[in-house]
Amino acid sequence: MSDNFTLAGKTFSSRLIIGTGKYRSFGEMQAAHKASGAEMVTVAVNRVPLDRATESFLDYLSPEMQILPNTAGCFDADHAIRTARLAREALETDWIKLEVIGDKVTLLPDNEQTLEAAKVLIREGFIVLPYFSDDLIMAKKLLDAGCPAVMPLAAPIGSGMGVQNPSNLRIMREQLPDATIIVDAGVGVPSDAAQAMELGADAILMNTAIAEAKDAERMATAMKLAVQAGRLAYLSGRMPKRLYASASSPIEGAIR
Amino acid sequence: MMTVFINGEARELDGTYNLLELLRKFSLPDERVAIELNKTVVRKRDWENIRVADADRIEIVHFVGGG
Repeated sequence: MSDNFTLAGKTFSSRLIIGTGKYRSFGEMQAAHKASGAEMVTVAVNRVPLDRATESFLDYLSPEMQILPNTAGCFDADHAIRTARLAREALETDWIKLEVIGDKVTLLPDNEQTLEAAKVLIREGFIVLPYFSDDLIMAKKLLDAGCPAVMPLAAPIGSGMGVQNPSNLRIMREQLPDATIIVDAGVGVPSDAAQAMELGADAILMNTAIAEAKDAERMATAMKLAVQAGRLAYLSGRMPKRLYASASSPIEGAIR
Repeated sequence: MMTVFINGEARELDGTYNLLELLRKFSLPDERVAIELNKTVVRKRDWENIRVADADRIEIVHFVGGG
C-alpha cells in the first residue's frame, strides 16, 4: 500500500525528516541517515570561520536527500528573513524551515515573529515550513499566510521529553483535517514518534533523539519503524478507550 | 587601508577588493556559500562587480549540522 507524503508538490515515501546536528562524526551521521530512510534533512546556516579551513559538510549528505535549511539561532523576524535569503542564495532552494526563537533557555518559538517572517518570505516565493508552539490558532494563521505545512513542537528542542500536550495535537488534527502537520522537536524515543503519528501528524522532524543515542544508526532504524507503525495505527483507527474491561473471550459458556 | 567587518570581525584591507577577491584573500570557499553586504544578499553572479568599501559589514555563511 502506498502512503506517500506530499509537501509543496514534492512527494516523499518517508514521513521521517531528520537533522544533521550533534553527530559525533560524519560517518555516524551518514549511517544514521541511511538507516532512517529519511529523504529530507535539515541543515543550519552559519558564519564561515575566517581563520581555519573548513570541511564541506554538505558533501557528507546523500545527493538524493532534499536539503531543508533552517533559520536556527535567529531571535527576531529580521534575522530569520536574512538567514533564509542567504540559504536560498547558497543552496538554490526556496525551502526553508523557519525558526524564530524567543528565549535562549527554553528555545521556545516566538510565534509572533515567526508569523511576521513567514509573511515576508512567502511574498518572496519561499516555501516556508514554520516551527511554532503547538497552538491551533497560530497554526491557522500560518496556514492562512500561505505555509504549505505547520510544524508544532512536541516539547522543547533537544529535550527528548516527548509529546507534552497530546490534546493540542489531537485538536489541531481534528480542526485542520486538510493541513499538513509535521511534529518538530522534542521526540526522545520511538514511542514518542509513534504517539505523534498515532495522533495524526503527517510527519516527524527530529535530530537529537537519533544523534545523541549511543548507537545512532540503530536508533534511526527504530525511529523509522516507529513512524511507520504510528502512521499505520492512525490510518487504522484506534479502538475507543474504556474505563472498564471488555472481555475478549466469551464469558458465557465457560465451564462452571 | 580600510577596515571591513567580516562575520563580525574587523579586518584591515590593503587595497580594493571585490567580493570574489575577498573570498580568495581569506582562503574561503566560493561554492555553497552566500554573502550578505550590509544586510543585503549579493547574488553570486554579482560578486565580481561589487567592491567592498570602508566600514562595510559582510556576512559570509556556509552550512553546518543542524536540526
